[in-house]
Amino acid sequence: MDNLTNLLNGFGDVLTPMNLLLALLGVTIGTAVGVLPGIGPAMTVALLLPITYGLEPTQAFIMFAGIFYGGMYGGSTTSILLNTPGESSSVVTAIEGNKMARAGRAAQALATAAIGSFVAGTIGTVLLVLVAPQVVKFAISLGAPDYFAIMLLAFAGATAVLGSSRIRGFAALLLGLVIGLVGIDRVTGQERLTFGVPQLADGIDVVVVAVGIFAVGEALWVAAHLRRRAAEVIPVGRPWMGRSDWRRSWKPWLRGTAFGFPFGALPAGGAEIPTFLSYATEKKLSKHPEEFGRGAIEGVAGPEAANNASAAGTLVPMLALGLPTNATAAVMLAAFTSYGIQPGPLLFERESSLVWALIASLFIGNLLLLLLNLPLAPAWARLLQIPRPYLYAGILFFASMGAYAVNSQPLDLLLLLVLGLIGFGMRRFGLPVLPLIIGVILGPIAERQARMSLQLSGGDLSGLVGGPVSYVIYAVIVLLIGWPLLRRYVVRQDRERSVVG
Amino acid sequence: MTILVAYVPTPQGEAALRAGVHESRLRREKLLVVNTSRGDAYADPRLAQEHDLETVRRDLTELGVDFDVRQLIGGRDAADEITDLAAAEQVSLIVIGLRHRTPVGKLLLGSAAQHILLDAPCPVLAVKAT
Repeated sequence: MDNLTNLLNGFGDVLTPMNLLLALLGVTIGTAVGVLPGIGPAMTVALLLPITYGLEPTQAFIMFAGIFYGGMYGGSTTSILLNTPGESSSVVTAIEGNKMARAGRAAQALATAAIGSFVAGTIGTVLLVLVAPQVVKFAISLGAPDYFAIMLLAFAGATAVLGSSRIRGFAALLLGLVIGLVGIDRVTGQERLTFGVPQLADGIDVVVVAVGIFAVGEALWVAAHLRRRAAEVIPVGRPWMGRSDWRRSWKPWLRGTAFGFPFGALPAGGAEIPTFLSYATEKKLSKHPEEFGRGAIEGVAGPEAANNASAAGTLVPMLALGLPTNATAAVMLAAFTSYGIQPGPLLFERESSLVWALIASLFIGNLLLLLLNLPLAPAWARLLQIPRPYLYAGILFFASMGAYAVNSQPLDLLLLLVLGLIGFGMRRFGLPVLPLIIGVILGPIAERQARMSLQLSGGDLSGLVGGPVSYVIYAVIVLLIGWPLLRRYVVRQDRERSVVG
Repeated sequence: MTILVAYVPTPQGEAALRAGVHESRLRREKLLVVNTSRGDAYADPRLAQEHDLETVRRDLTELGVDFDVRQLIGGRDAADEITDLAAAEQVSLIVIGLRHRTPVGKLLLGSAAQHILLDAPCPVLAVKAT
């Protein structure tokens, strides 16, 4: 009941004209960047972060939460109408969604995506309210070695589970960890990787890293690969659904939510796996399996719900443990730090009103998004007609302004350019961006936890293995990293068995 | 000599195409149908898709007109592409479609039609959608 009171207080904080306006602004910007391929909520939050320094932290986070959820809604519009998934999590939506649109059912596809996202987002947020405080209770009992293990799990999850290539994932993670190392060592006071440049002593600001890798890297990539061929946008009226569409959609929505939330909440989850799982399940359970591959509404409803539920799930480790599992959560954690708020298990206690206002704003944002997306989908699709040179000129302007505003030092602009080139190189060689960002943000925190446990044990390495929790987590990490080897072994055994049998 | 039709897959574009066909019969000249796009947006409604161009080709073949269809996607303004092409190809007449524009729209965005009218090296026939 305590949580319910807190949540109601949170609603009380959000329901002021100014905060509602910020929530509306957030979901509008979020939908817009979600619609545009290549520009995601993570980049947007990073770009807007320096601009929001003038706001109260609560207000800034109400806006960021709107951008986070809005990006999920917008991505489905692009997937369905353009067959260009805005984010990796809406790849599956494009499979059936674009087929539906080509068959003249774009309105129904958009409607089931938007309503499914609303249902999943709302249920996911309710689950967040129920689960997060329990996780906090558990997390407070953990010691430094356990945290270190959880962070290693997050590293392993971001690199080994997501993305296609482990080598590339680890390369990106190491780049991130190295960037995170720059600056003065908190324990010994030694300068690391500063090359005698005094401005680097404080380290490279996470905002500069995020803006450089996301915004400048993407802008350079687009400039180098401007495809001089516009895609065909399928014209669409107002989204609506017939009775049979409702009947075929509601079960996939609920099943998608059930897949999405737990995966989002795990430190190694992400939205890709649950959307694929949901798609496969709907294909298996559907009464119209012949429609799959030609535009089945279940194939849009399920994955879209899974996508949004996992977005809500992502907030569990983010708020309860200070652990990001996707890029937007990572940038939002950086935002907490830049407001002087320490993310972690104590967040619910110390910043109770902020956290509950944030959660309440998720409910409101979801409702606003439904109202904004259902009738206005054709208007959002028109955003795709903006010539990209104009778009990226604007992004570069905000990127440079933001990077300079962080510390008001010109060196940051140079760093921004260098990081932009690294981001460009990563896209060129197919390195995923998420491990780098997680490395930059979690690297220093993980290092602190590790050094703390080592100091407690007097430098003995056994201090890194705390209790049963860390045993279990290390076992999971070994399994995650060793899975390709293990799988070969397991599969071979299976084969031998089948030969013998 | 050739008659150039600036084609877009809209009612205005179709009207321009019809007027172009009429003119090419009167003058007994070849018809050059051109569609352009800067090609730098994710989507451009004025870019004729393959099925639009296919319809144009089929209709013109049925009408028995001597024609050529070109699509130019070079990152330049439609007006520049059209006027340059008109100068290079000995075009005797350019046919374009006009649409109604609000005063605010005129203030905010330039007009490709105006650009062509002022810069074309030959007479321009501007038609409205019916």
